[in-house]
Amino acid sequence: MRFIFKTTYDQDIRLVKHGGQAFWYGLLGLALAAAPLLPEYYLSQLTFVCIYALVGVGLMLLTGYTGQISLGHAAFLAVGAYTEAVLQAKGVPLGVSLITAAALAGLAGIVIGLPALRLTGIYLAIATIAFGFIVQEVVTRWESVTRGNSGITLKPIAVAGFALDQEWQLYYLALGLLVLVMLGILNLLRAPTGRAFVAIRDSEISAQSMGINLARTKTAAFALSAAITGLAGALYAHKLVFVSPEQFNILLSIELAMMIFIGGIGSLHGAVYGAIFLIALPQLIAVAKDYLPAAIGHQTGLEPTVFGLIMVLVILFEPLGIYGRWLKVRHYLETFPLYKKDSFRRQKTFMKSERVR
Amino acid sequence: MSLLRVENLSIRFGGIKAVDEVGFEVNQGEVFTIIGPNGAGKTTIFNLLSRIYPPTSGRMLFRDTELTRVAPHRVAGLGIARTFQNIELFEHATVLDNLLIGRHCHRRSNLVSDLLFLPGVQRAERANREAVEKVIDLLDLAHYRETRVAGLPYGVRKVVELGRALAVQPKLLLLDEPSSGLNTEETDDMAWWIRDIREQLGITVLMIEHDMNLVGRVSDRVLAVNYGRVIASGTPAEVQRHPEVIEAYLG
Repeated sequence: MRFIFKTTYDQDIRLVKHGGQAFWYGLLGLALAAAPLLPEYYLSQLTFVCIYALVGVGLMLLTGYTGQISLGHAAFLAVGAYTEAVLQAKGVPLGVSLITAAALAGLAGIVIGLPALRLTGIYLAIATIAFGFIVQEVVTRWESVTRGNSGITLKPIAVAGFALDQEWQLYYLALGLLVLVMLGILNLLRAPTGRAFVAIRDSEISAQSMGINLARTKTAAFALSAAITGLAGALYAHKLVFVSPEQFNILLSIELAMMIFIGGIGSLHGAVYGAIFLIALPQLIAVAKDYLPAAIGHQTGLEPTVFGLIMVLVILFEPLGIYGRWLKVRHYLETFPLYKKDSFRRQKTFMKSERVR
Repeated sequence: MSLLRVENLSIRFGGIKAVDEVGFEVNQGEVFTIIGPNGAGKTTIFNLLSRIYPPTSGRMLFRDTELTRVAPHRVAGLGIARTFQNIELFEHATVLDNLLIGRHCHRRSNLVSDLLFLPGVQRAERANREAVEKVIDLLDLAHYRETRVAGLPYGVRKVVELGRALAVQPKLLLLDEPSSGLNTEETDDMAWWIRDIREQLGITVLMIEHDMNLVGRVSDRVLAVNYGRVIASGTPAEVQRHPEVIEAYLG
């Protein structure tokens, strides 16, 4: 086990808490930087992981940290993707179009954030689903800009006249943005804003009595989450090269929400694990199909079934998802011979409280 | 000198007058207790003071500021912190984070400076931490600093909630039944802390309490309410002897 001897408050404020973290994250950084050595197919999957992880971070901020559920995040992805596609066609430079994509999605986030001030739980989920449908419909009908169902094909990314049409270039762009956004969110979480988010998640009434402006903080969470998702949407458009309205349907929204639940709600690790899971599972299913009896392997809807099953199992047995499982494994290894079966036993709370609403 | 003056405060929920023409004054540096049977409207008075409910009529003056014109999230910034009867902590955060949220009303940073964690935010974080450590020292919470609230026993949660209110560095502290659910030893500690808060930190305390022993030990003045109305006020002994109070408690 590691015991950290603390001598200054900065040790709690710092992002890297001890040498072990510096070592492992450094190693991970090196491995990610060396990823373009992989075959192109795997690199391409890794780019997808970065993009989904970016969405995951955005959604985690909203659902995992602020406690506001959203089943309409595909809409923000669509806003980002279409902004990027339209602006690129007009010849706007990449940096500007990425920022505009994030900003427009952030504005959309504020629009949906306003009703969210009055809605909680399932009602908020319904409102965000409706928002997702509205955006999808707007994208389909607004043909003069989005070209409706025929979609828009994107050109390869170009910066100052140089075409960045190789897979590794897009990979580095996605990875770089992911790292930047994650650092920003980590900063946020150790500062008053992040604590305000968590406070709203756990008890709105006492958050308010501690001086947190509920309306402003919730709106900020929605805007930031949507902006990050919009940024991911712009990358998503480039990765897929083609955008059309039916890509951004409710199934994508649900998939995104499932991603953070399976990855581990309430942690940034969870967003990344969820993204890896989301990308890896279809591949694993494709591989498994060869070994399964034809009656199962060639069944339609195998993938959603497996997804659903895993979701149910996660909720029943590991509410903190892959990250929660990893914490347990790590605890087991750290305390090796002394691990107790009950270390992580879930406790029932018998205290009942009437909450002021 | 009066720190808080409440005049003719009333609130109706439909036909029920939960608080009816209540008036009292809390002086700087005293411990003022509100007692009364269940459902007398004590917590409602607190919820009115912290602006969770808008009053139907009446005035609440806190150091010349009319509280009815203050937004709920600005009350803490004015210097009024509170605890809740049923503990409203941030369950999935550590004790330290819970206390740090108490510092929120002192923040100077905004979303952008927090995202970049600018030097100003870092300095503020260190200052916040120092202020919180003082509270941890006072309330003996060092042992639980890194523990998540969800795993803490009830008695400790109660103290953490008191600590969070103290981290606000308020001028007036509203304690809603600080001893409910505590055993005799913990209640004893609570009595000492309430005295320390008044004497060492110079914070005025307004509390709701049922434990008459605790009330007698720490409070300077007591206000008894029943059915939303004031029935008696004065020193603890005077109020306990008041016929209407005896009537209200013994029926």
